[in-house]
Amino acid sequence: MKLILSAQEPTIDGPIDRRFGRSRWLIGVETESNQWEAFENPGAAQSGGAGVAAAQFVIDQKADAVVSGDFGPHAAGAFRSGAIEMRLYNEAVATVKDAVDLMVRNELKVFK
Amino acid sequence: MRIAIASGKGGTGKTTVAAALAFSLADSHKVRYFDCDVEAPNGHLFLKPDLTSSQEAVIPIPQIQTEKCTGCGKCVEVCQFHALARIGKTIMTFPQLCHGCGSCTFNCPEDAILEVTNRIGLLERGLTREGIQFLRGMLTVSEPMPTPIIRQLKKWTPSTEETIDIFDAPPGASCSVVETMRGADFAILVTEPTPFGLHDLRQIVGIVREMNIPAGVIINRTDNGSDAIDRYCQQEGLEVFYRIPFERKIAEGIARGQHLLQIHPEYQQDFIKIYSKIGMEA
Repeated sequence: MKLILSAQEPTIDGPIDRRFGRSRWLIGVETESNQWEAFENPGAAQSGGAGVAAAQFVIDQKADAVVSGDFGPHAAGAFRSGAIEMRLYNEAVATVKDAVDLMVRNELKVFK
Repeated sequence: MRIAIASGKGGTGKTTVAAALAFSLADSHKVRYFDCDVEAPNGHLFLKPDLTSSQEAVIPIPQIQTEKCTGCGKCVEVCQFHALARIGKTIMTFPQLCHGCGSCTFNCPEDAILEVTNRIGLLERGLTREGIQFLRGMLTVSEPMPTPIIRQLKKWTPSTEETIDIFDAPPGASCSVVETMRGADFAILVTEPTPFGLHDLRQIVGIVREMNIPAGVIINRTDNGSDAIDRYCQQEGLEVFYRIPFERKIAEGIARGQHLLQIHPEYQQDFIKIYSKIGMEA
């Protein structure tokens, strides 16, 4: 499954970012192969429409699911239309890797 | 002559000053007062206009004609406000982010975008008893963007003769304030002798410098403590035109809906002099 997670640093071992639209990095992870890649979030520098910019990026990456601390109404609307599942970081998650492991075990809460 | 009244910090007394200026000049000039604080207009409380005319404020937003749309995504690419997204071959619009620039419509290769009007507020105008032309805009509750209304308000009535246009700006130092001040010949910056007053004065001064608008300062609610503001103004080469005292009588009068010249009729001469000074410096 292809995941995208919001992060503060360009590494799977680095800390998560609980923001979606304006997180600095988005980490793409292929859970089958454990391959990952860091992308600069196009929403990060935006004064407006950051959620849409970030969501458009995730949609263009053809992710199956996206993980963050919260999703604003515009990003959420776009993901619902695109049938991309949104999941939330819980309190315990510190690194992106932690979140990937929890996701694979289906232990991350679904964002409705 | 176009004069903007701005402040930086909210609640310093912009409308008090703007109204006083308008009233002081109404006998001898054709004065137009524009309430550009379209999110929370309050000029009518002092000017008490008879509102006789109104017009809807609208911005054009895109409506995708799905039968013509090929999902090429060109509109998404050109929109700098991210008001459009492409999901598969469907284009999704976000009207609240749309600034009505028309770029998507212009660039669509299939002519698949129809511009529909989104009503975002109301423009109103009328005359006061003193013959001041009063104009204001009101942003509809829940609409996020005041700037297009301010732009439309300023364009609503063409200036056919020599008028003194007073633009009462919103508080702050963002887009709506810049739009209000655009094209002004002079800016009166109203501040108060508090740390926040000075902090926000610096921001608005930065903006008038960027916009190349000559400015002067009025310090409202002065008591003994305006040294920091005076020092700052001196450093910046900004003239302090006037000081309004920190007086209970003024607060009481304003709370009763009186304007400054009703509370202190002797201030009228002072405001007339302020206008002459502006006339020489603008």
